[in-house]
Amino acid sequence: MQRQNSFKYESQKLASWYFTVAVILFGAQLLLGLVAAVQFIYPSFLYDVLDFSIARMIHINALVVWMVYAIIGSVYYLLPEETGIETVGIGIAKILFWVLTIAVAIVVLVFLFIQIGPAKTSTIWFITEGREYLEAPRWADIGIVVVVVGFVINTFLTAIKGRRTGVITVILADLIALAGLYLAGMFYTDNIAMDQYWWWWVIHLWVEATWEVLVGAFAAYALIKIVGAKRQIVEMWLWIEVAMLFGSGILGLGHHYFWIGTPEYWWEIGALFSSLEPVPLIGMFVHVLYDWGKDKGERMGEGEKDVTSNNTPALVWLVINGFGNFLGAGVWGFFHTLPQVNIYTHGTQFTAAHGHLAFFGAYATILIAMFYMAIQGKNGIKKLRATFASKMAIFLLSFGMLGMTVALTIAGYEQVMIERAQLGGTWSAYFVAQNEVWMAQAMDWRFFMGIVMTIGFIYLVKDLWTIGRNPQNVY
Amino acid sequence: MSKRKVSVWTDNRFWQRSAAWVTGVAAVLLIWLTFDTMGQIRMGNQKDINAHIDKRVPSPTVINYKIGYKMNAKRGLEVPTIGGSDANGNSLFTIKQKFFGRDNYTQKEADALVNLGKLAEQSKNCMDCHTLLGNGGYYAPDLTKAWLDPAWGKNGPMQAITGTHSRAEAMAAFLQHPGRYPMHARRMPNLHITAREAKGLVAFLKQMATIDTNGFPRGFGKIKEANYAETK
Repeated sequence: MQRQNSFKYESQKLASWYFTVAVILFGAQLLLGLVAAVQFIYPSFLYDVLDFSIARMIHINALVVWMVYAIIGSVYYLLPEETGIETVGIGIAKILFWVLTIAVAIVVLVFLFIQIGPAKTSTIWFITEGREYLEAPRWADIGIVVVVVGFVINTFLTAIKGRRTGVITVILADLIALAGLYLAGMFYTDNIAMDQYWWWWVIHLWVEATWEVLVGAFAAYALIKIVGAKRQIVEMWLWIEVAMLFGSGILGLGHHYFWIGTPEYWWEIGALFSSLEPVPLIGMFVHVLYDWGKDKGERMGEGEKDVTSNNTPALVWLVINGFGNFLGAGVWGFFHTLPQVNIYTHGTQFTAAHGHLAFFGAYATILIAMFYMAIQGKNGIKKLRATFASKMAIFLLSFGMLGMTVALTIAGYEQVMIERAQLGGTWSAYFVAQNEVWMAQAMDWRFFMGIVMTIGFIYLVKDLWTIGRNPQNVY
Repeated sequence: MSKRKVSVWTDNRFWQRSAAWVTGVAAVLLIWLTFDTMGQIRMGNQKDINAHIDKRVPSPTVINYKIGYKMNAKRGLEVPTIGGSDANGNSLFTIKQKFFGRDNYTQKEADALVNLGKLAEQSKNCMDCHTLLGNGGYYAPDLTKAWLDPAWGKNGPMQAITGTHSRAEAMAAFLQHPGRYPMHARRMPNLHITAREAKGLVAFLKQMATIDTNGFPRGFGKIKEANYAETK
């Protein structure tokens, strides 16, 4: 059956390619996450075949790469609508998509089948860089930079030629910072403290600053499109969010510099600014609900009858994003951001709990909302209604992640108390804490909740595949 | 344009400029602090040890010395000590300790060993199971102060299990054949670490243990009863 394609711009077609790869990598992330979760319960599972280090490496890299794909896709999707013109250099953009995808495929194959290498510079260049999240070998780093620079140039030229809205201005400035920051992770040093210092420039300034600003920009765009929020008000919010996110997030970097060899003054700087990081997240949540309610009320006041949003699944994911970002990044982050607490929680399952809920709440949710907007655009749907599968995906993915976070938080609490506070953090203290029944139970629940999420993901894929084709969901 | 007076608080240009200023000021502050921190965490050399200067990241030649982790009276937290310590927890920089049978590694030799160890740490992907300086995976113990772990000491089990007579040799033996010395149901996989790489890794671990981590991890190895309870 030939599917009708209602995209007005080639840029949006390219966006749908990016989104497709993103969903595939999301699936890979869940699968490898399940492998690692099983290994916590049955350590001999795939021992010496696909060890925990490899499973986890692919788990976290698939996460970052699917989100980068979905971010690039989102920008290519909204770019022509915001600027009013086709993306400049769309032909090159398509070639870059294939270059990036082939490079990612090669890296994944090397990770799976070669895994590690001898202690030589050539390993860093061609097999793995071995720095959590930045394991991609150096050749791939350079490839990523080339592709991203091409992407930024495309975006820039389009914005100059077309209409330059506030949303586009924010995205442009942010993308330049985001691309530039990646360079901070592309060098080798024998000094582990120096290594970690710059490593955090990439990791923190991506996920706690530049990515958050992109979320703000995507949310602004989505609110204008879905609930018809007024651009002037949404963009004013956006600028306030940018000020607050960068104002707290840039120096909030200090909360990673408590214990890596860096000076003590980072205690105060990190504690103060990272404690402020949740403030804009509360603001973003209020902003989404406020605009939604306000525009609905305004249109009802004008006597309009059908005032529901024009894309229910996207709107629900957007609301979950507002709440999940605040809960996962804000509340769970604040739990352990003060040095007085962090000296015990640093490097425990607490961090894992925060990491899981924050990546999901802040990023996965809004990017899924963007997927639904692309489905709406692709099929030329005026109003897209949630199906049973949309609701199951929303419920199972969110509930699974929340349950997993609770399990990991309990594990973290136990680990902090027994391994760190009581037994002083040695090798044997570590294993005493790992053997505790609370840890074992938490790991069982985490695995179970991973299954719940995987079922939710299957519903999501089914829904993304079919929702646009079924006229019942459209009106 | 309408002549209606608009409040500055609802003016987009005001907020756009505010965002730019806030971001700029924060970025400048971060860059300034970065310059200061870079100076403080640059790796030291043997001259600092000879001059009894505490460096946050000491020279790789610390592998020639006995190192510890003591409560420092002035700092009020635990600080690594090099070559013994006085009653206030300050380094003496005098007491040596043999590292694979030698305590006279030159600057060049020690630098090369630590560099090899760092390369091995990255090439074998240690950080996706272990944490280093508290960062990494949570599937295996933190390695920040692994060199000082009582498990590898005279009274710990690892020297006896590996049939060696020093911390360094016990760690190197374990790293090369982790499967032979299971310490837990969660075994470390065989990462094909050579004897040369293992020596580098141990040097890297010993030097990492001397990094001043502002007292992290707190109370490391101080509770004697806890040290070998229950390891399976």
